[in-house]
Amino acid sequence: MQFAPAYHLILEGILILWIIRLLFSKTYKLQERSDLTEKEKEELIEEWQPEPLVPLVSKDHPSLNYDVVTGPPSHRIIVNGKECINFASFNFLGLLDSERVKLKALSSLKKYGVGTCGPRGFYGTFDVHLELEERLAKFMRTEEAIIYSYGFATIASAIPAYSKRGDIVFVDEAACFSIQKGLQASRSFVKYFKHNDMEDLERLLKEQEIEDQKNPRKAKVIRRFIVVEGLYINTADLCPLPELVKLKYKYKVRIFLEESMSFGVLGEHGRGVTEHFGVNIDDIDLISANMENALASIGGFCCGRSFVIDHQRLSGQGYCFSASLPPMLASAAIEALNIMEEDPGVFRVLRDKCKHVHKALQGTPGLKVAGEPLAPALHLQLENSTGSRTNDLKLLRAIVDYVRYNSRSQITMCVLSIRVVVTVEQTQEEIEKAAQCIREAAVKILK
Amino acid sequence: KDKLLSDHLRFQYEYKGYIFGSITPFVESFEETPLLVAVLTYIGYGILTIFGYLRDFLRDWKFEKCHLAREREEQKDFVPLYQDFENFYTRNLYMRIRDNWNRPIRSVPGAKMDLVERVTPDYNWTFEHTGKVLKDVINMGSYNYLGFAENTGTCADAASECTVKYGVGVCSSRQETGNLDKHEELEKLVARFLGVESSMVFGMGFATNSMNIPALMGKGCLILSDELNHVSLVLGARLSGATIRVFKHNNMQSLEKLLWDAIVHGQPRTHRPWKKILILVEGIYSMEGSIVRLPEIIVLKKKYKAYLYLDEAHSIGALGPRGRGVVDYFGLDPCDVDIMMGTFTKSFGAAGGYIGGKKDLVDYLRLHSHSAVYATSMSPPITQQIITSMKCIMGEDGTTLGQERLCQLSENTTYFRRRLHEMGFIIYGNNDSPVVPLMLYMPAKIGAFGREMLKRNIGTVVVGFPATPIIESRARFCVSAAHTREMLDTALNAISEVGDLLQLKYSRKNRHGSEGTDLFSYLESHQD
Repeated sequence: MQFAPAYHLILEGILILWIIRLLFSKTYKLQERSDLTEKEKEELIEEWQPEPLVPLVSKDHPSLNYDVVTGPPSHRIIVNGKECINFASFNFLGLLDSERVKLKALSSLKKYGVGTCGPRGFYGTFDVHLELEERLAKFMRTEEAIIYSYGFATIASAIPAYSKRGDIVFVDEAACFSIQKGLQASRSFVKYFKHNDMEDLERLLKEQEIEDQKNPRKAKVIRRFIVVEGLYINTADLCPLPELVKLKYKYKVRIFLEESMSFGVLGEHGRGVTEHFGVNIDDIDLISANMENALASIGGFCCGRSFVIDHQRLSGQGYCFSASLPPMLASAAIEALNIMEEDPGVFRVLRDKCKHVHKALQGTPGLKVAGEPLAPALHLQLENSTGSRTNDLKLLRAIVDYVRYNSRSQITMCVLSIRVVVTVEQTQEEIEKAAQCIREAAVKILK
Repeated sequence: KDKLLSDHLRFQYEYKGYIFGSITPFVESFEETPLLVAVLTYIGYGILTIFGYLRDFLRDWKFEKCHLAREREEQKDFVPLYQDFENFYTRNLYMRIRDNWNRPIRSVPGAKMDLVERVTPDYNWTFEHTGKVLKDVINMGSYNYLGFAENTGTCADAASECTVKYGVGVCSSRQETGNLDKHEELEKLVARFLGVESSMVFGMGFATNSMNIPALMGKGCLILSDELNHVSLVLGARLSGATIRVFKHNNMQSLEKLLWDAIVHGQPRTHRPWKKILILVEGIYSMEGSIVRLPEIIVLKKKYKAYLYLDEAHSIGALGPRGRGVVDYFGLDPCDVDIMMGTFTKSFGAAGGYIGGKKDLVDYLRLHSHSAVYATSMSPPITQQIITSMKCIMGEDGTTLGQERLCQLSENTTYFRRRLHEMGFIIYGNNDSPVVPLMLYMPAKIGAFGREMLKRNIGTVVVGFPATPIIESRARFCVSAAHTREMLDTALNAISEVGDLLQLKYSRKNRHGSEGTDLFSYLESHQD
């Protein structure tokens, strides 16, 4: 046995003592979080004043007091006590007043009660929901459909279910608000292309292709989508769907189509913009629409192939975490679909009326008509802006009020334009009268 | 060391069992997972994962038939829409027990319901309806706290009248022609019900949160949100663009520390002061059954000058002697809560949401809320249902039905929780909350529990990952005022049977209560 030399033991002893010291000494941070003393911290807390929760709103803001509608918002609408002809609600097929729809909703109420008391996963799936989904899928000739309980939440939940952080979405500039919210929630890269400008879109797609070639491994996992609307709610024109489908196959992008305004309006049987252009519906990956316009109910739906739609049953936030659609509203939608299927002539009537209104409003001095002749919701924009937004709004509002008082026709304002909605219930004389009055108002107010 | 206010509050609670400033004892329990159970649960998930990989392998190499829907032939060379591993859990674990969810019903979702019978020929990949109906299944899953899910009675009659007069749809947003006189009536009623200055209603509860929080908060604001907040609150906070910091569930120390740090240090990096601080909490948390510590939060809020957003989706109508929610339960002043939000789906048997508060707040929301400008307003018969049921709860319809139902709910809750606790199950949450989570832990027991209860004609809700942490899967019961004592006893006997069969009675706490509770149970059983 050998004894270790003395200096060895001493060295080891010193090392052990050093380790013990390091273990028990206080750790110090390289950068002190704050040099403030306790007293200063308390003072900061005392002094800090938050902003008021909401900024003050002036009492006479024009949009503050809503117009009160007494009774049903049907063809003859009572606004603020005055009876008017309704050129403002999106009741395109006049189903809001239909007796058949009301009776079906009543019988559903007697069977199921009003609310569903739960989301779809927890005893909130009724047989009427399943029936409505089947009927919608059959009507649109797709494999499957899924129903949401609120129109706004439909596309806003569908987009984030597929498009995640890192994916790329090409969107039209004039896309509606719910699409914008869906894009914001998805955290993907969003690239806007000019409204209905296919060259601009192609340019963006080519740029993306060049990017992809630099990094092919990443390009294999980034998903790409194009989101467009069938009939734009903000500008009332159609999207060029056949060109979009060509671009889809050329650059390998998926298409999501939002058909809130065109479902039940375009196409021979009311199937929307795909029927109007004769495009194969399987070429569109997802069609989303809300049932609050033509079907005169509440809620929304998405339809497409099972491969695409089934995913939303577990990852669509507005579907999984929200109560399901009340069964009486679902029954009303089924009956409205029945009416649409029985009488496809109503779409031709609506189209004729749209053309008529479009023609009647042409030549209004000071206002130009924006929108397709086929669109059931036209926009009237100021030809020459006064330069200030508030003044423009004042002028347009004055026109709306004049028209309401003098011709008893109710039209509404949306962002910087007047919207005129066409429904099948409006008669020739009513349309003429309203157009006449708008012309008078424009002459009087915009001179 | 900083003397935090919440330490003082905690001392009060631990010492007396009372929460600071409240008049009711606050008893919450979250018993710890037994170690053996946790280990076995992890082993269970491990085995399932291994089998999952095996089945994926077999499916890829075509040894097993693949039931999944496939991409189109023409789009085969597109970037795949789903990553394979994203759906691993769905394909291999969720699919095995999928028959416990999405069960279709064909009657009123009341205390008893009729379920559509489904069979699956291929292990839950597809379902077929046999055409038979399972009648009178006791419903322990629907959020029907006050029993207003009914198709007869004053509410249903009023809603029918309204349908005939107004129709079903509205076809317009609130700012345009969608503002009916019914909506104005409802808003005034809701303001009176809550005890606030004014209120606004929306068509969907989920959308109320996700569209209004962005209108109130923006960049430069701070949102302090509870760990277990609902998806709609998280989405609303994210869409607003504000900075979000999360505090531990119902933990006042964690919240105070965040508030302290936020005000002292300001925004990260620039150290500018925050514009506003908002605390986001819920009344009753639906997965835990816990009730928010409202008096303590209000004390903290007043000290640090933050704003409070209270989401009463489950607690409105279900808590409190007069049914006005958590504020009523603790006996506090509604003016202390800046923004009171809630939904009409649970206790009122309708759909939609509301926000109540000061007049300035609601006026601002009428102008700037995305819902008022872009989304459709509430359907008229739904509005009527809420008006009638709310008047019933307030006692303004001339009967005492509302008060009776509130008492019945509170009795049912106490009885149900006490019996389950005595049987030896682990129950989470507050003694007064009608949401009762019962712990299952192991993945196989999730499916087994749901199916065994259905065999005994009781419909239950089971929840697993990802709605809960991976080892804490549970069954969740929602007690309702429509449940009679016999129904609860039937359910409890069945639960006990299944609990013995599946060995679910994990609790190690004192099962057979002390003298006091025995006397209490003796008195109760001899009440009628």
